[in-house]
Amino acid sequence: MTFAPLTTVTSRTLVLPLENIDTDQIMPAKFLSMTTKAGLGEHVFANLRYDAKGNLTDHELNSEDGKACEILVAGHNFGCGSSREHAPWGLTDYGFRVVISSEIADIFRGNSLKNGLLPIVIDKRAHQWLLDNPGADVTVDLDSCEVRLPRNGGTYKFDVDAFSRHCLMEGVDEMGYLQNQDDAIAAYEIER
Amino acid sequence: MPKTLFDKVWERHIVVPETEAHPATFYIDLHLIHEVTSPQAFTVLRERGLKVRRPDRTLATIDHSTPTKVNPDGSRPYVTAQAETQVETLLANAAEHGIETHGWESDNRGIVHVMGPELGATQPGMTIVCGDSHTSTHGAFGAIAFGIGTTQVGHVLANQSILMRKPKTMAINVNGQLAEGVTPKDVILAIIAKIGIGGGTGYALEYRGNVFEEMSMDGRMTVCNMSIEAGARCGMIAPDETTFSYLKDRKFTPENYDAACADWASLATDEGSVFDKEVHIAAEDIRPMVTYGTHPGMGMAIDAVIPAAVDATDESALDYMQLKAGAKIAGTPVDKVFIGSCTNSRMEDLRAAASIFKGRKVASNVTAIVVPGSVLVKARAEDEGLDKVFIAAGAEWREAGCSMCLGMNGDIGAPGDLVVSTSNRNFMGRQGPGVRTVLASPETAAASAIAGVITDPRKMESAA
Ligand code: SF4
Repeated sequence: MTFAPLTTVTSRTLVLPLENIDTDQIMPAKFLSMTTKAGLGEHVFANLRYDAKGNLTDHELNSEDGKACEILVAGHNFGCGSSREHAPWGLTDYGFRVVISSEIADIFRGNSLKNGLLPIVIDKRAHQWLLDNPGADVTVDLDSCEVRLPRNGGTYKFDVDAFSRHCLMEGVDEMGYLQNQDDAIAAYEIER
Repeated sequence: MPKTLFDKVWERHIVVPETEAHPATFYIDLHLIHEVTSPQAFTVLRERGLKVRRPDRTLATIDHSTPTKVNPDGSRPYVTAQAETQVETLLANAAEHGIETHGWESDNRGIVHVMGPELGATQPGMTIVCGDSHTSTHGAFGAIAFGIGTTQVGHVLANQSILMRKPKTMAINVNGQLAEGVTPKDVILAIIAKIGIGGGTGYALEYRGNVFEEMSMDGRMTVCNMSIEAGARCGMIAPDETTFSYLKDRKFTPENYDAACADWASLATDEGSVFDKEVHIAAEDIRPMVTYGTHPGMGMAIDAVIPAAVDATDESALDYMQLKAGAKIAGTPVDKVFIGSCTNSRMEDLRAAASIFKGRKVASNVTAIVVPGSVLVKARAEDEGLDKVFIAAGAEWREAGCSMCLGMNGDIGAPGDLVVSTSNRNFMGRQGPGVRTVLASPETAAASAIAGVITDPRKMESAA
């Protein structure tokens, strides 16, 4: 539940240019019957990484270079579909800390922030640059809320909710925060 | 200042208001849990030595991984040992924490979004969450209801609250006269086709207009169910007499029913309220709908031709579906038909399907299954003799559950199958690897089962 603090990430990007990648593509339904979180990284994007016989494909996600990437760049509208949290669990278990797209679905975004994965919705031009330059060395700075692209790619601001940013940078989770509000919750229950 | 339905319910549930630095602490009235998204949350509780704060505000059932068949010896053919473990884990966790559970023995077991309303647990003005994105279904009663992930399931179990920022509001106005044969499913598919699968992102929807006012609760649930397919976490309809009479004499109906109704009636959006966004659709423009692509926004009128691909994503969707732009969708051969899911598995849906199946036979190239939403729906349908109609037509009549909606329990199609499905998602592979899903109303699904090809149910009725 708790995760390592996240301030800056510098990494090669792994680019999946497909649009509308839904949570079923990120983590197919057949893995939802797992009752634990560990090991889900092996199943993330299973349909890209394994052929019909269950053998590994030569997809970049299966390469050593791919596995070293901490930044995932995806086509427009990433993470739509079912609210399964197995999607961010799988992505973080694989090793991603940041996912960048030009649109990211609400529930997935919320689930990611709760699990130490930073979802970034970026300007269309920067997004296109990232799609056009797979494997670029990109820096994500959560302190200044900037994505820095190498060469002449430029620097782009992104928005992140102040509270989520605080939690990510401190590596604390919301459960602890809510536990601290026990009195307020008890008072609400009596008053209503 | 005039307030919207959403604003009123939102304000009633603020424990700590939001500021720039932190989201609101938002109180949850009803927490529905099932086997798929709860085990890891109970593990967290155990790890931290926490208890379930309000077992009395929590209801559990089993639906996603449950078999819809029973072996001759009475045992249940789970798809995997893991699926059985998941179900057993839910039952054990709920028992350990004193949570009311509708398991195998309950007459109210069923798809979690069918069960809540049937028990009268879903009520206007409530906040309702569940670890399932189709929790938006309960918005049909004028509740703020939305799906959460397992981490938040843990938060609600432990604190009966979640952290959340207020979304924007969008009014979806549908006014006018629906044409004969146009169903609630067609209305919501038309809405999603219009605003797109990201159109509702960041918004709470309110469905407004005479079309929704005239709709039954079953129909309203079908509409609100698919709010999430337009990207919105919740969609609501103002409670009215239709809502109140539905909620009379159910297990959880408030003792002081009249006072409750008076309060519920006060929730409707005030005249002059301003929404952040408004969409208007003329009811006359809506025809029976089917999807032709791989997300619910790719919907079209059943009597139209398949639209041209506008981008590479559309193109690959058409490739996957083995459909050609410019061709008619009606007449496409069908392999399987699934009638069920939290979108369309209630009495009204089954009656609609039965009215088409009656006296006809499912085409020899088609396998059709009908899966009631709950044990109660199953019993009522059998009282009305609907099961006999389905079986006589050659369709299978199954036990309640999610079944082929996402195929977690093993009810799936074969690669390449075209499935006309009354569920809510047509994503690639959702109903099995390589399966092509066409979303439709129960009427269209039944008509397509009979004809063996995608069929406009209005033609079927006139032919009879
Ligand atoms: S029927 Fe389908 S959408 Fe509804 S709760 Fe079950 S799996 Fe989810």
